[in-house]
Amino acid sequence: MNNDRQRPARQLKQMNRRELLKLTPVLVVGALTLPAFNERLLKTGLDWTDRAARAFFSPDRLAQTFSKHELTPIEQFPINSYSDYNPENDLASWTLIVEGMVARPGQYTLDQIKALPKQSQNVKHICIEGWDVIGNFGGARLSDFLQMVGADPAARYVEVACLDDYYSSYDIESCLHPQTLLCWEMYDQPLTPEHGAPLRLHMPVKLGYKSAKYIYSIRVSNVLGKEKGFWEDQGYSWYGGI
Amino acid sequence: MATTKSGLTIHTTELEHDGVRQTFAQEHSWLVRFTHWLNAILLVVMTMSGLEIYMAFPSFGAKIPQENFLDFPEAMRLGGWLGGALQWHLTFAWMFTLSGVAYVLYLIVSGKWRVVILRPQEFRGVWPMVRHYFLFKPKPEQLEPYNPLQKLAYTSTIVFGAVVVITGFLLFQPAQFALAVKLLGGFGMIRIYHFAAMIGFLSFVPGHLLMVALHGWSNFYSMLTGWKRDPDYLVKD
Repeated sequence: MNNDRQRPARQLKQMNRRELLKLTPVLVVGALTLPAFNERLLKTGLDWTDRAARAFFSPDRLAQTFSKHELTPIEQFPINSYSDYNPENDLASWTLIVEGMVARPGQYTLDQIKALPKQSQNVKHICIEGWDVIGNFGGARLSDFLQMVGADPAARYVEVACLDDYYSSYDIESCLHPQTLLCWEMYDQPLTPEHGAPLRLHMPVKLGYKSAKYIYSIRVSNVLGKEKGFWEDQGYSWYGGI
Repeated sequence: MATTKSGLTIHTTELEHDGVRQTFAQEHSWLVRFTHWLNAILLVVMTMSGLEIYMAFPSFGAKIPQENFLDFPEAMRLGGWLGGALQWHLTFAWMFTLSGVAYVLYLIVSGKWRVVILRPQEFRGVWPMVRHYFLFKPKPEQLEPYNPLQKLAYTSTIVFGAVVVITGFLLFQPAQFALAVKLLGGFGMIRIYHFAAMIGFLSFVPGHLLMVALHGWSNFYSMLTGWKRDPDYLVKD
């Protein structure tokens, strides 16, 4: 008799307990946000995000281009470099050092780079901070330059170093994209110091911080070093693909 | 199984409780409860990290000259800096998207969308509920788990959730989906939609919490266990 009365109550309790237990995965997610766990979680999340961006990238899908009257005036094109340009760098004797997996390593002059077919494009420059402008960029396709120096087709990465101690690295697919430029002009004028004279990268398929300024060295490689990029080493996405 | 006064079918079980045989209706399946509480966490993470990202460029206009629009204090932000906030935002964005897709698919496949989604013919039921809550008029009879005003609120969160996910994705891949970006008015406009959809989504929360507080334990408990004892919207045999 006593048993009979207890059983339904126990049934209800069990029923509820069973249902509550099914919610434990939520606690797991909640726990992942705690400082002890989130570092690994966020690293995994960043890797996933880069992998997804890489999956959406297509070597022949072009970023949108714009007409001349849609350009942001150059005075309104933000500078945003992480440190001021160092005027002590001797631009007169500037050469681009090319090393790594290339048939013809060495130092290349600006004239040698300018001898490549010139491409001028009005494209968006989107900053990770959330602003975007439309700029005109002129220069040689990085893919043409890589061909000129005899880059190994098996290479997977390109690393660049800059006169202002900035540095970054890229997947080879994005470097071979037809809109990725070794750029010496903006708005039909030679690059000014603030915009990265004498030579900068511009990659409309990546966020702005991947468009390194003042580059002086390009290394073609198969493995990435420990230092992957100025911002990337601090926590920005390495791939940076948009 | 039992039928609501509006004609929906609801899974029930009979149990003796307090010496009387009572009906327990399963209001929320595991997936609904799971995504609900998961979203409670995700909403906090996504909003706070989103505000940190926003503070890197707290404007909806040009970069030069920059006119700041809103300023959010550090206590409302997550991630410490732009890079950290983006890691939080993107990591949890995948979970938010997955949980949203799972929830919507579940609603469609199970047919439970009838419980949650406000249908056009139910719109006229919204106003009496507004009158009840804001003008203290008598409460219309409860015909099913959610009244029309509730359904409107829940439907709106699904819409805002979808807008927030789609615009967020376009902000993530604007160059690859350039046509969609162009049709929606550009990157800057999509940033505005994304922000507006967040406000829309969040506007649901205060009313939701107030209603839970007012209506007491049984609603809160049913979101934990799924079961509600003897709901008045069921047709009695």
